Amino acid sequence: MTVYLFLILGFFAILSALMVVFTKNPIHSILYLVLTFFAIAGEYVLLNAQFLAIVNIIVYAGAIMVLFLFVVMLLNLNTETEPHKSMLRKLIAVVAAGLLLVVLVGSLKGADNMTIQPFSRNTGLIENLGTVLFKDFLLPFEVSAVLFLAAMVGAVMLGKKDIK
Amino acid sequence: MNTIPLDWYIILSSVLFCIGVLGVLFRRNAIIIFMSIELMLNAVNLLLVAFSAYHNDAAGQVFVFFTMAVAAAEIAVGLAILVVVYRNTKSTDIDVLNRLKG
Repeated sequence: MTVYLFLILGFFAILSALMVVFTKNPIHSILYLVLTFFAIAGEYVLLNAQFLAIVNIIVYAGAIMVLFLFVVMLLNLNTETEPHKSMLRKLIAVVAAGLLLVVLVGSLKGADNMTIQPFSRNTGLIENLGTVLFKDFLLPFEVSAVLFLAAMVGAVMLGKKDIK
Repeated sequence: MNTIPLDWYIILSSVLFCIGVLGVLFRRNAIIIFMSIELMLNAVNLLLVAFSAYHNDAAGQVFVFFTMAVAAAEIAVGLAILVVVYRNTKSTDIDVLNRLKG
């Protein structure tokens, strides 16, 4: 049962990821990317990482994709305005990505079998994650808050009409 | 209880990562390129969660948390730059932006 769920979700993730790349309309691309994020959140649930699944939907599908949609609508890009690349460059892109996939999957062949711990059901729960986040990773957590502040200030500065 | 081999997760995230690379190389629209970068980050996130779940180590999932934070900051700044570029050149084609070639 779990295996079938994994296969179905993986199929949806790969299919909609391919559609992101090959759809002409940017709005459709964004909606397919949201579908990919939902499929990946489903995989997180299969891995017992319920908290990350919810955060993935809220942050990616909720916040980042809305930002993308706003920019596409603001710039009025919802019609196909993109000039086409030459056929040769598209072919080179496909071949390069395919070769990278071959290398990545091929390197799996030579890897040793990792020792797998018995699967625990409360690793990804919010209680456990919160303990680790606020005990072991407190400094990176605070630094990421500073990063957010810097990004916010930078975005506002860039968006201003005229910087004197 | 979980019978899925770890290799399957590695293969799935490799495929997703390569589709992201393909998107960066294949398209000229800067927004699609940003989305492909998001796809690559998500593939790595999936791999981190898989390893963390199979090793019973919550640190990997906390790391995914930080990746999401960095991705959100990156996208906010990147889209702001994109809006400024569009205001100046009236297109989001990255091949227009070749003035840094020297």
